[in-house]
Amino acid sequence: MVAVGEYLGMPVNFDGLDKENVTFFRHCGSGQLHLQCCDDCGLKRYPPTTACPFCASPAATWEPVEGLGTLYSYAEVHHAIQPAFKAFTPYLLLLVELDEQRNLPDEFDGLRLQGNLVTPTGDMASPVQVERVGIGMRLRVVYKDLGDGFALPQWMIDEDSAQPEVWRYPE
Amino acid sequence: MADIDTTSGRHLRGKYAIVGVGETAYTRGSGLTTRAMGTEAVRNAVLDAGLTMDDIDGMMSYSGNDSTMSPTIAGDLGIRLNFHMDVIGGGSSTEALIGMAMGVIEAGMCNTCVIFRSMNGFSEVRIGGTGRGGGGISAASLFNRGIGLSSAGQMFAHTFMRHMYDYGTTPEQVAMVKVVHSEHASNNPKAYYRQRVSVDDVLSSRMICKPLHLLDCCVETDNATAIIVTRIEQAYDCRHTPAVIQSVVGRCCKPRADTHYQSGPISTVAGYYAKDILWPNAGVGPEDIQVTGAYDAFTFTTLLQLEDYGFCRKGEGGDYVSNGITRLGGMRPNNTSGGHLCEGYTHGIALVIENVRQLRHDVDDSCPLGDDGKRVHTYDYREDGCRQVKDVELSANMGWGTPGYGSAVVMARG
Repeated sequence: MVAVGEYLGMPVNFDGLDKENVTFFRHCGSGQLHLQCCDDCGLKRYPPTTACPFCASPAATWEPVEGLGTLYSYAEVHHAIQPAFKAFTPYLLLLVELDEQRNLPDEFDGLRLQGNLVTPTGDMASPVQVERVGIGMRLRVVYKDLGDGFALPQWMIDEDSAQPEVWRYPE
Repeated sequence: MADIDTTSGRHLRGKYAIVGVGETAYTRGSGLTTRAMGTEAVRNAVLDAGLTMDDIDGMMSYSGNDSTMSPTIAGDLGIRLNFHMDVIGGGSSTEALIGMAMGVIEAGMCNTCVIFRSMNGFSEVRIGGTGRGGGGISAASLFNRGIGLSSAGQMFAHTFMRHMYDYGTTPEQVAMVKVVHSEHASNNPKAYYRQRVSVDDVLSSRMICKPLHLLDCCVETDNATAIIVTRIEQAYDCRHTPAVIQSVVGRCCKPRADTHYQSGPISTVAGYYAKDILWPNAGVGPEDIQVTGAYDAFTFTTLLQLEDYGFCRKGEGGDYVSNGITRLGGMRPNNTSGGHLCEGYTHGIALVIENVRQLRHDVDDSCPLGDDGKRVHTYDYREDGCRQVKDVELSANMGWGTPGYGSAVVMARG
């Protein structure tokens, strides 16, 4: 089974053989972030894997997570490599640490999800929004429709949350 | 380091050496195939060692499917191989393959092994990714190409940025890596970029992927490079003073190396784990090393590795790379050729070649040749001058694959 979506002019092929990754984006398509949770040790993981990185068990169940987190690190791309992204510079590469499972299984571990900063409708954010973002910022997941029941999880500034003073690259 | 055993050799300490090194020119637009360049570099290494093609019976290479494989290069030079292996990989491959060559020779599979890397890194497959990344994507690649994350700089930037956040490392400190390597390159007639640059030059160059300016990124060049590994007994019959391998680490990983940003403090890199193999096996510690080759794909990669291999305390890498220690004439110069930031990009092998020459006390700078054909070094490190480190006996190379894995080798003057 191969389903074909589309994003920024790029065809996206969802090959059914890649069960773990296809399931992840299918859940996003239904509007709820799900992560694999190990049936044996109970720890969640990201990105999708074929066994548990903490106990090697192959058995896992997809469980919903809230999709709220704090910016752990970021990069700001000014020179895009991929043609599809050249129209959006500067754009942010975000590493967002979810509120769930912080400092587990060890101190400094966490569920750190990647994505771009986008608007509430899932479009790439404007330079004005990009300039607001720094380490420590509170972010909320947004789903960008890819067609055929799939979506890409992205991140927007959580305007409902009190924002701490964020750390930005010194200019 | 009190817990290091220096009294007895561990594993193959002191049993193998690098006896030959070879290069092509470092250029943009070689006008040659990787096959022609690879042949030239391997031939140069064999001649440098004072060996003949008949002495070579092992060959290894690494590439990202952008090179020519060993049987073709060997065939062009009339070398009959008892062993060959061509592996996938970029940075961190050189040191890992040195260790594998030692193991292969130890197993009796061959006697003398050439390792090469041949790449048109500017005119064919650009290392920065330019020209790639169009077309369709899969579910798996939505996690990277789906968010505009495909180049090495984009992949490593979270680690670099977090180091600045965790430890207060400043852009000015980081820029000093490029400044120092450009000073070294100005004394290297082969270097692609020989112009000395200032901190201001680095910080005012255009932003590529914050925190990386253009001059924080290595050069992209076309070149081939080769080294020859053999047993110590044979090494002393070769033309030059051998660079004796004391210890080697191959692609040592952080937990969850493929998704290293999931695990632990991401401002710590693989050297944190590799050091516990490297130093005890070498029987020396970082304080004993007189010249380093810390992989400089980016300014930050040099800093992070020097820190995690223990050349300074964790978090003090910014100070270490900006206080003069790493400069020629300083306590422990780094990348005296100018490295990947200035000399040319070879995925690490040229950084090992440079330290082999340092240990011979015969780097190819502009110093005059003596009657024996060796340079008479002046130790005057001003522009266009000397780049030989005085009386160097021990070197360390630290190869970078990603923040999640790396390799290393300690070499001694034979």
